[in-house]
Amino acid sequence: MMQETRQSRRDPLLKVENLGVEYAVGGKTVHAVSDVSLQVARGETLGLVGESGCGKSTLGRAVLQLRRAVSGQVLFDGQDLTAIHGEALRRMRRRMQLIFQDPIASLNPRRRIGDIIAEPLVISGVKDPERRRELVCEVLSAVGLDPSLVIGRLPHEFSGGQCQRICIARALVLNPEFIICDEPVSALDVSIRAQILNLLEDMKARFGLTLLFIAHDLAVVKAVSDRVAVMYLGRLCEVGPSEQLFASPAHPYTALLIEAIPVPDPDVRPAESVPVGEPPSPIAPPSGCRFRTRCPRADQRCIDEVPELRPVAPDQYAACHHPLIAAG
Amino acid sequence: MATLELSIDEDVAVSPVKRTRRLGPLFWAAIAWIILIFAAAGLVGVLPLPSPTDMDMLERRAPASALHWLGTDGLGRDELARLIYGARISLIVGLCAPVIGVTIGGALGMLAGYFRGRFETLVVGSMDVLLAFPPLILVLAIVAYLGQSIFNLTCIIGVLSIPAFMRVARAATLTLARREFVIAAQALGATHARILLRELLPNVFLSLVAFFLLGVAVTIVVEGALSFLGLGVPPPVSSWGNMIGEGRESLDVAPRLAFIPAVTMFLTVLSFNLAGDTLRALTDPRQGAL
Amino acid sequence: MSEPALLSVEDVSVDLPTPRGNLRAVDQVDLKIGAGRTLGIVGESGCGKTMLSRAILQLLPKKARLSGGVMFDGQDLVTLDPERLRKLRGRSLAVVFQDPMTSLNPVLTIGTQLIETLQEHLELDSVAAKRRSAELLAAVGIPAPEQRLMQYPHQLSGGMRQRVAIAIALSCEPKLLIADEPTTALDVTIQAQILDLLAREQRRRHMAMILITHDLGVVAGRTDDVAVMYAGRVVERAPTPVLFKKMHMPYTEALLAAIPKIDAAPHTPLPAISGRPPDPTRPIQGCSFSPRCRYAAGRCHREKPLLAASESLDHQYACFHPIQVTAGVCA
Repeated sequence: MMQETRQSRRDPLLKVENLGVEYAVGGKTVHAVSDVSLQVARGETLGLVGESGCGKSTLGRAVLQLRRAVSGQVLFDGQDLTAIHGEALRRMRRRMQLIFQDPIASLNPRRRIGDIIAEPLVISGVKDPERRRELVCEVLSAVGLDPSLVIGRLPHEFSGGQCQRICIARALVLNPEFIICDEPVSALDVSIRAQILNLLEDMKARFGLTLLFIAHDLAVVKAVSDRVAVMYLGRLCEVGPSEQLFASPAHPYTALLIEAIPVPDPDVRPAESVPVGEPPSPIAPPSGCRFRTRCPRADQRCIDEVPELRPVAPDQYAACHHPLIAAG
Repeated sequence: MATLELSIDEDVAVSPVKRTRRLGPLFWAAIAWIILIFAAAGLVGVLPLPSPTDMDMLERRAPASALHWLGTDGLGRDELARLIYGARISLIVGLCAPVIGVTIGGALGMLAGYFRGRFETLVVGSMDVLLAFPPLILVLAIVAYLGQSIFNLTCIIGVLSIPAFMRVARAATLTLARREFVIAAQALGATHARILLRELLPNVFLSLVAFFLLGVAVTIVVEGALSFLGLGVPPPVSSWGNMIGEGRESLDVAPRLAFIPAVTMFLTVLSFNLAGDTLRALTDPRQGAL
Repeated sequence: MSEPALLSVEDVSVDLPTPRGNLRAVDQVDLKIGAGRTLGIVGESGCGKTMLSRAILQLLPKKARLSGGVMFDGQDLVTLDPERLRKLRGRSLAVVFQDPMTSLNPVLTIGTQLIETLQEHLELDSVAAKRRSAELLAAVGIPAPEQRLMQYPHQLSGGMRQRVAIAIALSCEPKLLIADEPTTALDVTIQAQILDLLAREQRRRHMAMILITHDLGVVAGRTDDVAVMYAGRVVERAPTPVLFKKMHMPYTEALLAAIPKIDAAPHTPLPAISGRPPDPTRPIQGCSFSPRCRYAAGRCHREKPLLAASESLDHQYACFHPIQVTAGVCA
């Protein structure tokens, strides 16, 4: 269980408690997210990292209630999102926004940029077209695009990086408090990635945002996050402050991820990695610790008992029976 | 600190890649024919034509003359006038029946593709039931029960076209509803109605229009076939179908009585097919433009 | 290079007619690779690296026009007759593509796809081919190979499929393997395994390999030489350690700096490269990188720099204001 004692002096903006998300695929159940609890403090960026199939994107969608959870709660500013529906939920949604991985697919190919960005304003009841136009221009300038050149055009006229800026602008126009970034730079070129990451950091500072940054690239996550949570096959493995977590990971999976990152330094010879096989399927996850099939430290206890998140260092928690750092 | 993208004006100021798929001469010929038929049908009251129902028993099966530009039929009625009045029937039924199909079928298809689940199963299932009825028997039954009239005919054909439109709309919606711009709209708090109308419909619209034109072509043929069999438009109203049917009896003496309406119907159906096909070819690559 | 090059790309250019005008996908590229060596080609999307690999394989789209020469193992691939070229492909010259789901035929079993390659090029009978296929699958690290032969691509995970694609590529003992972004679509732990597999097989078979990627991290530890491409041209070429330690091209430096490093502190602003890669249908006068280069001066906007050698013949770059980075890699 996450200990929220030392978590923050203020109440966390987002609190996820024991969230579980499942869905059916061809008659079988995929356990996408199982018993995940985490918190994001106001003004913080929490990075959520993991490989494909770990459930991080599903978790992001479930927080916004775009996918209904089967168990657990999502508390946003104290309000339980899982318990509200319809109009009340729609009103809450305006305080939380989402940025996607594929910027071009996130924009309706038949609508003009000006309309796309004005859409949230229309939905939330800003009736005056002049005022809407003003807000749209403001937010486009904030993301570094010239409004007069952008408003009348269609999405296919822009590059990936520009489309992502447009998506960020759309997310910002309602002045939300919380933005979930679901792999916002994975589909972009290397040289554009840095631009967009810098932009996100800028916007966060300027608009006072709280971010949940989901990605599979650890270096990218570390660059923008205050704290990082590592997921594997639907469960949290480890949570802790970025520097600390990467400097001394407690969970074997975190260590494996860090080791596997290709470092652009020719002197760092990639370690001849021990063949650790493939991640199991989320339809039939292994009993006990889900990482045990690939973990060099696994034993009987790992098969029988699901490890809980336990503190292993100040503010760092790992769900492992045999963490790399001895528990404090 | 945010990098200002001033380079955008050089690249984007040039007009975007226009679809260079040429609307070839065939397409324009088809459009020209459609306009001609519409004009003739629309202006029929103004044109200096003899009445299509006036029978001139002395001039039966007469060849083309100054009075009767295309001659007369077996009952002495002016062929050209009947042809143009027939065009009216074909166009009225041809347009109205698919309208029923596209509005009801299109709506059902979009709803089914968007909401999925039990609703979708219900819609698809009932469409399958409708498709399972042999259409000709159905028409026969309804005509026998409700009587022959243009209105009944239009309704029957319209209802029978609903499943096809449902399929097209559903297929288009299914691919789109998964895309991230729809999820983005949901994340913004848009209502389902707004998403369906503002996000999905503009994207599905063109495929529906293309299919609509094909539907017009099919309807004209169906109406023609039914009228040919005597199940369609009741006499003395002329329709291309019943003109062909009547012309059948004079095939040895005056084959033009059957051929002229047949050729006219053929050209009209071909034109609608060409127009619909061209539109469909235009819409498909657009979706995957990037 | 002491031994003659296995593959020699000589002044190759690829032009593609598009509705927006002529697209110069590859612009006067020269490359050499010797037997058993690994060459990394690094560049972002649109730099022409994929077109270059297609040009080498003579698998360009119909409308493309190729100029220049491609010498492989003493033969000129551009002028070779199609039948001999076909025999060469798959046998001496193999490819692994980025997306194994589309590079494998989804309606044929793994076994069929492996066996047909073996039968075509090595003329093995079906029993021998089947045995060899199972051996190959085992060699690439696929457990229970005999069962896998009966399976279809969609029944395997992404990493497994890529291993199968590699097995197919290696099945006829090629002299040169071109791996076009082989791990981009894979998770980082699987990526490491696949790259290790390629390195191992390459050493074992003394095979030359061209590794095409956008990730400088991938080439750093696993290639002998690196060529950096930008806007269709090779802008810097050097042995790998030299490139990272003594890079001369501002683009290479900027690219390296723009990558978030795992040992950097969080919230360090990344030195981003402003602007975007150029539109290939509208070539820029002068150096293609000049609009985005922070060292650009007058000459850069007027003249195109040619690839010239630096102090060592191995290290070539195309720049009027090369930088001299002698310290270690930026952290």
